[in-house]
Order: sequence, then C-alpha cells, then structure tokens
Amino acid sequence: MSAEYVLQMNHISKRYGENTVLNDVTLTVRPGEIHALLGENGAGKSTLMNVLFGMPVIHSTGGFEGEVLLDGEKTHIASPYDAMHKGIGMVHQEFMLLPGFTVTENIKLNRELSNKNMFSRFFGRNLETLDMKSMSSDARKALDSVGMNIDEFTRVEGMPVGYMQFVEIAREIDKTGIKLLVFDEPTAVLTESEATQLISVMKAIAQSGIAIIFITHRLDEVMAAADSITILRDGKLAAKRDKKDTTIVELAELMIGRKGEAMVSTEPREVPAGNVALKVRDLYVDMPGEEVRGVSFDVNEGEILGIGGLAGQGKLGIPNGVMSLYAADGDVEIFGEKLKLGNASNALRAGIAMVSEDRKGVGLLLDQSIEDNIVFNAMQIKDEYLYKIGPMSLKNAGAIRQVANQMIQELDIRCFGPTQHAGTLSGGNQQKVCIARALVMKPKFLFVSEPTRGIDIGAKKLVLETLVKLNREQGMTIVMVSSELQELRSICDRIMIVSEGKLVDTLLPSASDADFGLAMSGIKPGEHEEKGGDAQ
Amino acid sequence: MRKTDVRTFLRNNAVTIMFVALCLVCMVYSGQSIPYVMYELFGRLSRNAFIVLALIIPIVAGMGINFAITIGAMAAQIACLWVIEWGVSGLPGLLLAAGMSVPIAAFFGFLIGKLLNKMKGQEMIGGLILGYFANGLYQLLFLFIFGNLIPLKAPGLVIKGSVGVANTIDLSTERGFKYALDGLWRVDFGTGLYIVCGVLALATIVSMLLKKSNVKRGAITLVGLAACCGLYQIPAVSGLFAMVQVPMATFLVVGALCLFNLGLMKTRIGQQFRAVGQNRTVANASGINVDRVRVIAIVISTVLASWGQLIFVQNMGSFQTYGAHEQVGLYAGAAILVGGASIRRATNSQALLGCILFHLLFIVAPSAGKNLFGDAAIGEYFRVFISYGVIALALVMHAWSGIQKKKNPAEALRN
Repeated sequence: MSAEYVLQMNHISKRYGENTVLNDVTLTVRPGEIHALLGENGAGKSTLMNVLFGMPVIHSTGGFEGEVLLDGEKTHIASPYDAMHKGIGMVHQEFMLLPGFTVTENIKLNRELSNKNMFSRFFGRNLETLDMKSMSSDARKALDSVGMNIDEFTRVEGMPVGYMQFVEIAREIDKTGIKLLVFDEPTAVLTESEATQLISVMKAIAQSGIAIIFITHRLDEVMAAADSITILRDGKLAAKRDKKDTTIVELAELMIGRKGEAMVSTEPREVPAGNVALKVRDLYVDMPGEEVRGVSFDVNEGEILGIGGLAGQGKLGIPNGVMSLYAADGDVEIFGEKLKLGNASNALRAGIAMVSEDRKGVGLLLDQSIEDNIVFNAMQIKDEYLYKIGPMSLKNAGAIRQVANQMIQELDIRCFGPTQHAGTLSGGNQQKVCIARALVMKPKFLFVSEPTRGIDIGAKKLVLETLVKLNREQGMTIVMVSSELQELRSICDRIMIVSEGKLVDTLLPSASDADFGLAMSGIKPGEHEEKGGDAQ
Repeated sequence: MRKTDVRTFLRNNAVTIMFVALCLVCMVYSGQSIPYVMYELFGRLSRNAFIVLALIIPIVAGMGINFAITIGAMAAQIACLWVIEWGVSGLPGLLLAAGMSVPIAAFFGFLIGKLLNKMKGQEMIGGLILGYFANGLYQLLFLFIFGNLIPLKAPGLVIKGSVGVANTIDLSTERGFKYALDGLWRVDFGTGLYIVCGVLALATIVSMLLKKSNVKRGAITLVGLAACCGLYQIPAVSGLFAMVQVPMATFLVVGALCLFNLGLMKTRIGQQFRAVGQNRTVANASGINVDRVRVIAIVISTVLASWGQLIFVQNMGSFQTYGAHEQVGLYAGAAILVGGASIRRATNSQALLGCILFHLLFIVAPSAGKNLFGDAAIGEYFRVFISYGVIALALVMHAWSGIQKKKNPAEALRN
C-alpha cells in the first residue's frame, strides 16, 4: 500500500434534478483505519455510499461531480459488482442472507468453488459440481477471523440475529482482495454484548490492514471504535475530526447544527400542566421499519408535544399504534378513559384524529373531490352530514358544501372549488385537506405525523401556524411527529426523542443542540459522561 | 414438545395424509382387485412420472408450479405430428420427435420465461393463462396452417373433406411410435424388482468401497433391499403384482431424470436456482443474474415437459389433437402437491409419491363412485373436483403458514 489513503472521494457533488443532495463533500480513508461517517437522515450518507458503490440510481440520474481515488489512482466504479471486484465490500443493514442455505453456502454465494465434470466440459462453468469441502474450509477460516465458533454447516434460518451479522461480515472478509469494508448501521439490531463483540471484530479487521467505513448514529460506539470521523450535515461536509481531538458532545453538536431560523415563532410559555389528555403505558407497535418497543408517556391537556428522532427509530410507530393503524399492544388512556387498541374506529370515536404521514396512501382519496375527502371520516364514523331516511342514509350535500367552503377559507386551501379532485392539488394543499378532514371530526386530540414532509416552505409555515392557532385558540391538544427538529423546536412545548423504539428523553425546545444530538443517538444527556468515559 | 412435533408433522403433510385416507376409502369401496389396481398404477406411473418431475426445477427457483408445461406438451405434439407425417416409426421416430421438440420447447420456454420475469410473484396465474392463450395459437396452427397452408400427406392426419388436422392422432399405425420406449424392455414385476434391487445394491457397495457414503447407512440400505426381495417370495405378496408388466426402459428414463434433478442441484446453476428461489434481492446483490436464471429454469422445465408428453403419448398410442395437452399442467401440479410438495419446496420423492397417490385415486374413484352412488360419473366428478381442490388447498395452506408466523406481532416485539 504505497498510497497514503486507500480511498479518496474528492469534492463530490450530486444533484437529483434541482435538488442538491451532496455539495462538495470530501471523504478520505487511510488503510487499516476505522472511519466513522455521521449525519442525520438526509444528510447525504447514503448518497455518498451509493456513489462509492456505483449504484444504478446514481448513473441513471446523471452521475456525479468530483473524483474517486482508490489507492491513489483515479477510478470509475460502474456498478456494485464492479465495486466488489475493486475490493470494496458492504455489510448491509438488512441482512443479505438466504435463510435456507447453510452458513457456508451463504458465505460463498455466487462465488462457489467448483470442480469440472463431464457435463461442464460441454455446457460451461455453470454445470461444474460444487466443491463443498474446500468451500466449507474457506468459510471456517473466515468465521474464525471474526471470532465465530458456530458450525459452518448450520442453516442461517433460526439463527440469532447477532450471528447473522457476523456471517455477513465473514462473507465480506472471505472475498479476496478486499480493501475497504462499509458497515451500514451494523449495531442497530444487535444486543449490547454483541455490539461490543462486533466492535472488537472491526478493530481486528482494521488491524489486518482493511479500512472500514462505519456508518452509525450511536455516538458512543463512534467514540469506542473510530479512529477518525467525518460528519455530514444537509449534504455538506460539516467537519472532519480525529477521535483524539474531539468529544462526544462536540460530535452531537456538529451533527445537529442550527438550520436557519425558526419558521414560526411562538410566544414562550410555561408547559401546560393540568389534566392528562393521553396516557400511554408500555406501548409496542409492529409497524415495519418503525417498530416501537415499550414507550410510556403522558400528554397534558392543551400542550403541543413533539416526537422527534431519526428515521426508522419508531417515532412514526407511536401515532400509528395509538390509532391502531398497525398492530399495537399496551395500555392507552384518553381523557381518563381506556382506549381499546386493535380497531381504528375506537380511536376516532374517542375523539382522536390523525393527519397521517402517508398522505397519498392512508390520508386522501385522490380520485374524490375535496369536499368528499373533508367529510369522509365524519360521515363514516360519526354519521354526520347525512340525511337519515329509514334504513338509508343520503349525503347532505348542502351541509357538506358549507363546511368544505368554510375549511377552504380557514386553512387557505388553494383550489378552484370544493369539487376539485384531491389528487390534482399540490402537496401542501393536500396536506391542508388532510388537516381539514381531521378538524371536521371536531377532535379533542390531534396526532399530526410528518405534516411538512414534501411540501414547500410557504406551505410549511402555514401548516405550522394552523397547528399553533388550533392549539392556542381552541385549546386542542396536539402531538406532532416530525423528522425536522427545527420545526418541533419552533412550536412544541416539550419534545420527546425516540431511538430504537424506545423513549430516550423529553427535552424542552430550548435545550442545547448537543442534548438533542446525544438523545437521537440513544444517549440520555447527563449519562454521556460515563458512557463517553467508557469509550476512551 | 413431542405433541407439537406430531402436530407440525400433521400440518405439514395434511394434503398427503388426507389423500392416503381418501385412496384407502375409495379402494375399499371400489371393489377392484389389488392386482388390477397395481397393473393400472404401474402403467399410469410410467407414462406420467416424467412430466411431474419436470415441475421440480421451477419450484426450486421460486416460480411456483409451472402450469405453462402445457406449452411444452404442445411442442411435443407438434413434433409428433411431423414425425408421423414423415413416417419415421418406432424408436427412431420417438427419438426424432424428442430431438425435434427440444428447440421448439426451448424457444417457447424462453418466451415464457421472459414473460414471467415481467410478472414476478404471479408466475403461477401467469403460466396458467399463458397456457390458455397458447391453446388458441395451437388451434390456429393445427386447424388452419397444418393441412391447409402446409399440406399433410400421411393417411389419417387429415380427414378428407374436412379442414385442419384430424381430431385424434393415432400412433399405433405402422407410421407411429406406440410403445417405442415401453416395448423396448418389458419384464414382469419380480424380474424388475430383482434388477432394480441388484443395481441399487451394487451402487451402494461401490460407494461404500469408495468411502463416499456412510457404512452404517449403506448397510441399512442393503438390508432393506434384501427384505424387499424376501417379501416378494411370499406368494400372497407376489400375487398382488401378478398382472404388472414393468416397462424398464421408461422407468430408466424416469430414474435418469431424478438423477438429473439431484445432480443439477449440486452444480453452480443449481445453487443459483436455490438462491433465486429463496430471495431474489439477496441473489441479485451477490451478482447472480436473477432474470437469466429464471429463464433457464423455465426452459429446462418446458423441454422436460415436452419429453414427458412424448412418453405419455407413446404409451397411450393416440392422442386428442386439440385436448391432450389441456389438463397436463393441472394434473401434474395437483400430483406434485399431493405428494407433499409446496409451491416453494419440492423433491423427487414428493413428485413420485404424489404421482402414485394421485393416480391411485384416479383408478379407484370411478368404481367407488359407482358402488357408493350408483353412478361412475360421480367418481369421475370426484377426481376432477379433487385435483382442483388439492391445488386450492395447497395455496391456502401456503398463505396460512405465513399468517401463523405473524399471529401476535406487537406482543412478539416484547421479547
């Protein structure tokens, strides 16, 4: 290894259409070092890795600017397969293992060793007989090097998750000529002891001269494992640090940062303390990708409570679980009355409304008019806006038109009129229709999930202002879930941070960036001194 | 623990167990003698096992039951027609037909594979509908193009004064190849049993000597084979098989296909079939060309199915020009499911067991229906009803086992 760096990615910029996702980012990795890559969701970590692996999504959208150097030589990586040949491997966050195959078969998948036989002479390599013996001895060697004493003939099916992670690593190590390994959130699914073992394995791999890029959101693990750290924020390089020159608090601050000024300013006020509006105890929600694993909290009447955290950590699961849109288990009380989970209409009848994060899927009937969308739930759940004639019920067109017009005016929905189809509205206006639909239910309690996702700044401001107005003027209790910390901090009274399906901490909007950053990586502020101490 | 083992076994083999029970009941009520049933069974087994075995590879490759083997059967029938037209009879005729159906079936298989790649996850319904669609083209070919645009000269292929190929194609004339394979080497059951046992014993001993297999298992095999031969010495047992004539050559071909299926799974491409069958995303991530592997699986299956249909028609001696292929996919699919295969997992032994059970029911159901309800049509009704029912049941059970795993998802998170 003559070059100083095994990998240099210099001045990488990438645009998807108008949208710049990477802006002049530089990443350099030395041979045999563990280099942590930090950043919030959307900071550009995955795009940078897509560039490194030559993913089709990069090439099909016009490529990227900047250059990639491997061992000091400029290279062009055409495809993930090409990346593999050039010695770059990936340990996936979701396991790329076949459950019905043995450990050996998985490690050697599509790189099988085989012997010639009489058919293969005529029909080519594909008909060569597999050489299980040498395959398994190779597998054994790879497993030993990651410290796994599991039998190489065990099937992957039914193995503990931690083992699968190590099998995956063993597969990458078994590839000849591997120079650089990318670990994408490897510890997310591991228990604490497994994570510790993983980190020691990573260190052993690095000792053998293979460089490692370690993508994670757990800052304590970064401090424990990494030699140097690159932090991305909003597609830009926020900082590059060596571990010895930095602290966990500084990393947290760099990761969160201040993103401009608050869009909506609210009068500072005391956190409303009074009756408990919603009491959640020990909530588990099986929402794929957003699992909630035992969350308890109270929402006071009249407050705006924010729920924040990184994507995939379970913050979306909380409102979806309470509304029973996904299978949920736990005790929920609403205004002192027990709420039975399992059927969404229970929650709606109890006076809870929700503006879903999935506007197009759950939220709106895109082929229906705005007015039908607005009164849909009220009609179905509360039997409002209907004439009753014997067993039949007919739509009360006059009342529907009236409430629709009123909502259009109040929420400033930009449309041609109440009969326009919802699908033809812009994202921001669709969001307002969703809010209007929640409001005609006259809810006492409102869940708003990712209300500003995918809408422009003006519409964002209006949506947030609407929420504040509802809260201040009608005293509505609101729980808002958002990935945009800045939004939460601008309108919420308290903010809960969720990580790995669990509640880490409840913070005031005025808490420091570092506190939020640490909480998002699963460390309760105040605890980090001991934990950080461990790491050093 | 033991109790749940039994329950899992019952659940996993529900279809097979149900079928065994049904066969036994029908056998009792059919009043047919066992020697006759055995005679029929061996005949049907020899002509049908091959096509059922042709279904295994697509199942392993995760494409479910390849109902499009119907199209393979069509390829065989096209080849058949021309071999008769040219007047190549006997074994050369069969071999020529087999050779000719390879490019035709492979081409069709390639097209089917390409299409099924566009509808991943819906291969079974796709194959089924494709079979119906191809039937239309087949009719166009046989009704309008052959015999009209391309004249056929062989007697009996076109009825004078009518349009298109005749309703029935007869292979028992001097131009045909009836029994070309079956008739090569026919022995009575006892001889067949001794030969098979002898060969298996020899193979076991050789592999033991070469230290390729476990001595203990080899010894058990040898004892088992000896017991089979010993059992046959009892007149009561041998009497059951008195009527059976074993077409050794046909069973040899079936055995060769079993070996082919086994051997293929031990090669690179076999490993790729299995990988693609389990998870396309993972296979793709490891650099396997998933689409190509799936096309290969369908091509192999279609070619094998066309050979299977040839074996079928040479045994029957004639076939319905416009109908012989229609039920092929359905019956073969039902048979393999009866043997305990699922739409995700299938083995040679499941295919053979399924074939035996399915045809056993076919033999005994009509007369059981007649004896019980006074009408053979009711038995006939039963067997059609059952073949559709088995497929539906297998699909439901496949969905059901998926649901079972996800019974209480939120609570499961607690652990």
